[in-house]
Amino acid sequence: MPDARRSMLDAFARRHRLHVLEGLPWGVAIAAYFAFPDYLALGAQILAVIIFALSVDLVLGYAGIVTLGQAAFFGTGAYTAGILAANGWGEPLTGLLAAGAMAGAIGLLSGAIILRTSGLTLLMQTLVVAAMLYEAANKGGRITGGSDGLQGMDVWPILGKFRFDMFGHTAYLYCLAVLAVAWIAVRALVHSAFGRSLTGIRENVTRMHAIGAPVDRRKLVVYTVSAVLAGVSGGLIAQTTQFVGLGVLSLERSGTILIMLIIGGVGQLYGAFIGVPLYMIAQDRFSTIDPTYWYFWIGLFMVLMVVFAPGGVLGFFTRRRARRDKP
Amino acid sequence: MGDFLSIAISIAFHGLALAMVLYLISVGLSVTMGLMGFVNLAHGAFAMAGGYAMTTLMNRYGAPFWLALVAAVVIVGFASLVLERVLYRRFYGGGELNQVLLTMGLIFMSVGAATYFWGPVAQPIQLPQALRGQIDLGVRDFPVYRSFLILCGALLVTALWLALERTRFGVRVRAAVDNLAMAQTLGVNTSRLFALAFGLGSALAALGGGLGAELLAITPGYALDNLVYFLIVVAVGGLGSIRGPFVAALILGVADTAFKYAAPELGAFFIYALTMGLLLWRPRGIFGPA
Repeated sequence: MPDARRSMLDAFARRHRLHVLEGLPWGVAIAAYFAFPDYLALGAQILAVIIFALSVDLVLGYAGIVTLGQAAFFGTGAYTAGILAANGWGEPLTGLLAAGAMAGAIGLLSGAIILRTSGLTLLMQTLVVAAMLYEAANKGGRITGGSDGLQGMDVWPILGKFRFDMFGHTAYLYCLAVLAVAWIAVRALVHSAFGRSLTGIRENVTRMHAIGAPVDRRKLVVYTVSAVLAGVSGGLIAQTTQFVGLGVLSLERSGTILIMLIIGGVGQLYGAFIGVPLYMIAQDRFSTIDPTYWYFWIGLFMVLMVVFAPGGVLGFFTRRRARRDKP
Repeated sequence: MGDFLSIAISIAFHGLALAMVLYLISVGLSVTMGLMGFVNLAHGAFAMAGGYAMTTLMNRYGAPFWLALVAAVVIVGFASLVLERVLYRRFYGGGELNQVLLTMGLIFMSVGAATYFWGPVAQPIQLPQALRGQIDLGVRDFPVYRSFLILCGALLVTALWLALERTRFGVRVRAAVDNLAMAQTLGVNTSRLFALAFGLGSALAALGGGLGAELLAITPGYALDNLVYFLIVVAVGGLGSIRGPFVAALILGVADTAFKYAAPELGAFFIYALTMGLLLWRPRGIFGPA
């Protein structure tokens, strides 16, 4: 075998091999389960939102699509799971599948229309899609509960055995399990040939067109996959909190998930695992300490973050390593 | 027939007034995005600051409307210059994600700070005697305040257009929007140009926030709640232009008023659908390059 080809294969194999550090988030998640039994409800939310952040990382970090409307899919998933559970089908796993499928359908449909644009226009289009769904949910009060939120969800035990308890034990482990499945899928996707071509599209779309890659179709596929993930995340939140409010579709939701990902680091798969806990724990602390003005503190935290660690936490470490490795 | 005409005139009139406010606030955003390529999501916070500065000067210190308005514009203009030099400037060309993080952080800070100083309720505004009541314009009576808004907007559009087309500052701005590197090569001090454009845009936003306080209520959530509208004006109008956002604001203002009148249940929904359609038709704005 020619050397060049062998080294390419080696590189490919290396990329697939699990790094020791990749076990860290899971170790932390399991340790947190035993260490902070009083915070499992928050922990479950964090785990579910990490899936949401992963979905943003797929479109933003790998395909370079800047979106300010990812809440469209998160909210679709949340309402799908919520409406099913409020209307007599509380089976969680199929509910979650339905949430992902519904969000994926919306992603495919809207993506087919809006992905032909780029830059600020695309950002506006994603935002407008989410805004339209928000208005639809707001006015469709008979099904969605409108601005009062969806009431009366009844979620059945998982696999008919594990009942959702008030301390959040079941919710935490349920979210952790779903996150693990989502993570394996996303990791396999970004390390596949398909994932590499996405990075190609992000880095140089003209060249990808020139070498004959079906750019539009790949973008649509990744947009749909990302929508499915966001929908699953929304479904998880709905099932574990037993409530869906209009906030799941709001611009603030789209904005904050983007912020969480940027804080962690974009396009590196692990940004979601750092940014989401950091932001959500900070938010939880600030809103406990200072319930009225916590917005100010979380805003200040974001500004300081971008001034002192642009590129997020992961970016900070990569830069330090780069500096150290310089002769 | 008479009824329909009367309603149409009324919608056009109210829509125009809203359009002027939206334009005043958004034009600065369009210029900073076109000129510096900076996505300033917190632009609405300057409009809100203008509104708060004006109402506070009036309600707490008894300043007359006009004086308070001018003072608010000056204060916000200078404050924004300081912010630009200290904070914004570091992030020009520094990647849009950092800009999003910075400006969303500033929005959140503005929400928290406004709640701290002024509480969660909307600020009351006392219009001067001259702006209250109705005015007879021959055809029928119109509210003075809205007529005044329209007049102000029309004058400012003309002034801005003249400034951009006829002054040296305008030439520099247009040159820098078209080709930044070339403008720098030819000796344009773009750093100062950016600061001036930023300050001017924020001052205009403050003017829009103050003048439009009756239409867009001054509350802590102002910057976030109205963000979509400002962004629509900028995206539909096209970046870095004066006339694009004006037309976009007209469309948005009149359409918003009309839809909310015709179908109050689904008003906002149609606006978003319209925006989507317009952006699919002209992806880079009505007056942007095709």
